[in-house]
Amino acid sequence: MVLKIFFPQCCNRADSGLLVGRWIAGHDSAVVLAVIHYPFIPGQVKQYIQQVGAASGVELSVLGSWSLPKEGQEGMESFLRDLSTIFPQERWLQISRQMGKMGFTCEILNRGQSKTLRFLEQEVIFVHYEQRKVMLSQLHPIETGSRGSLTYPPPAQVFQTVALSQPLFFLDKYDDGPLKSTHWQSEGREASIIVELLKQASVPLCLLSCFLFLSGFFCRIFSLYPLRFLSTKLSTCVQLSYRTEHMRTLSSPKAAAGHTQFMRKANMLVSVLVDVALGVLLMWWLYRDEHIAMLANTLVPAADHVAKELEQLLQWLMGAPAGLKMNRALDQVLGRFFLYHIHLWISYIHLMSPFIEGILWYGGLSACLGLTFALSLLSDMVALFTFHIYCFYVYGARLYCLKIYGLSSLWRLFRGKKWNVLRQRVDSCSYDLDQLFIGTLLFTVLLFLLPTTALYYLVFTLLRLVVVLFQGVLHLSVDFINSFPLFAIGLRVFRPYRLAEGVKFRVLCDEPGVALHLLMEVRLWHRGIICHSVFTGLNDSFHRLCMSLSVTVSTEL
Amino acid sequence: MEDETFTDISGKSICLDCQSHSSFCREFTVSSPKVSIGKVMVYTCSVWLLAYAVFFLTQNTAVLSSAILITLVGMMFHIHFVKVDHETLLVIGSLGIQVSSSYASGREITTFIEMSKIKDIVINEAIYMHQIIYYLCVLLKDPSEPSAVSSVVPLFQSSKPRLNCLVKVYKSCQEILSKSQ
Repeated sequence: MVLKIFFPQCCNRADSGLLVGRWIAGHDSAVVLAVIHYPFIPGQVKQYIQQVGAASGVELSVLGSWSLPKEGQEGMESFLRDLSTIFPQERWLQISRQMGKMGFTCEILNRGQSKTLRFLEQEVIFVHYEQRKVMLSQLHPIETGSRGSLTYPPPAQVFQTVALSQPLFFLDKYDDGPLKSTHWQSEGREASIIVELLKQASVPLCLLSCFLFLSGFFCRIFSLYPLRFLSTKLSTCVQLSYRTEHMRTLSSPKAAAGHTQFMRKANMLVSVLVDVALGVLLMWWLYRDEHIAMLANTLVPAADHVAKELEQLLQWLMGAPAGLKMNRALDQVLGRFFLYHIHLWISYIHLMSPFIEGILWYGGLSACLGLTFALSLLSDMVALFTFHIYCFYVYGARLYCLKIYGLSSLWRLFRGKKWNVLRQRVDSCSYDLDQLFIGTLLFTVLLFLLPTTALYYLVFTLLRLVVVLFQGVLHLSVDFINSFPLFAIGLRVFRPYRLAEGVKFRVLCDEPGVALHLLMEVRLWHRGIICHSVFTGLNDSFHRLCMSLSVTVSTEL
Repeated sequence: MEDETFTDISGKSICLDCQSHSSFCREFTVSSPKVSIGKVMVYTCSVWLLAYAVFFLTQNTAVLSSAILITLVGMMFHIHFVKVDHETLLVIGSLGIQVSSSYASGREITTFIEMSKIKDIVINEAIYMHQIIYYLCVLLKDPSEPSAVSSVVPLFQSSKPRLNCLVKVYKSCQEILSKSQ
């Protein structure tokens, strides 16, 4: 069986000493975590290893000896060989390296045999790994107790061992302790001040999250019945409920169960923070230089302009639109009916005009909850201001629908057929003469009035589609901000090794007569995964937009 | 490192490179033929001639610049996402198998499969349009159910070598796999 030794790259040039690590049972592998240098007292080494093993939960042990002879240290080899008697182990590794050569030589001593059993050089593989990256990438399985550790393959166990043995890396050869060891910290610590500051800031963050949780609790009143219908119609309430859902997930006291849960929570938190930041930016822009007054002043003339355009459109429809000849009476009736509506709407807007600035001012305050709230409020206000277009569309659609229904039923009568409700099919039927006469008369009336109603229906449906499209674009952008995985992208840019997907092996040196050396690198997230997650988030809102567009166009036939 | 003339299933010549790093670690590289300069020139010339024709009809210079942009973007997309330069299979006894394909722009996609998940490496037949072709694949198993095949991973999908090349790779792999299982 081939013996695999996972060796950290930082110890390639370490001074001679003892190898500390862990044997992975059942797979014939060993993970080297650190090298403890001479001088040391064996009793202290054993105590230290026991302490660290108890603190981290990893079964650490002395694996063997490492020798990299420098000038003036010739007597080390025999000394290190005699250490195997002091530290009783099943197998004792003696790894040595010559300065200037790439390959390591390894001798293995089995307990119970008095003479050294020298394995053939080919039967040992050295897999080099970068300790800091392996420690920080989240490739190891988190649950340890449920499955036996024998079932995990060696690379996963290596990740788990290195990640769990953090207490071993607290002291290194530059500290004034009883033992001097070399591991990844010997290459220099990184960003510890920032880590300390973050730890200090975590206490107020916890208080804030508790407060948000309480406010989320109060939003449960939206589940009451009369408000529920309204809350599903207004997009602001939808967004509010969505965010409270997020807050509830974030402020739950138990930690994330797995890697995906952790990423989801982190993405949620980052998106909420970015949202609030953008909202505050929008607020700052709105409330200076009298922007609100400017907006209010342009709003009423804009509504007037829209009403005037609609009136012109209706006048055009009442004449001879696109050269078509309409039925004069019906045309006039419908046209006057809609004109009266517009007149009502305009007077309502003029009534509201002194209050608009106040409404805008208080509405702008909602942007402090986030940019998504401001956008959904805008979408609701657009819906409110174009309510008359919605009414026209409903009238036109209902009229057209009734007409088509009547026409189809009378067409069946014209041909001598009937709709059988019981069998859900068209049957032949013999009508009386007077039934046929009245039916045919009504059919011709409806048929000749069809172009007029169809035209009104077409025009107002198109207008409604424009409004729905605009609202849809707003909803799409809200969903985009909600679901964009900014945390994952930030990690990918600044700390790429945190988003590991797998491992990659590379052959380092294969000189004949020397053991095989491989380099184990952490493989990063493929760029496609991030695009995929963004698109799945956007897919729902896009689907909803298409559905609402198709519902607008189709009649209830 | 032999270099017999191997071909892929459509007759284009490919190159197989076997490297034996040690008795239980072997690496096989299949390289596809490179992008031929003649083809590139034909495509570019046809796109630009078309653009000139449209420009002659419409006298709009935006057509020319958009043709240049399209050619450049298309070429970059092709060498980065479509054109596979070589595919590698690295077999390390008792550790696993690593499959990697590298594109013409240098991008590499690697997958590592652990030895505990590998059931066997076999040559399978497939019906591909009007032909029956052979392909090398790795049979994976779930460690909790060692007798059932959970999935199949085909190897050398872009280069599609013929049977003589596959047999050589198969024999080498089986020597290592039989020792480590």
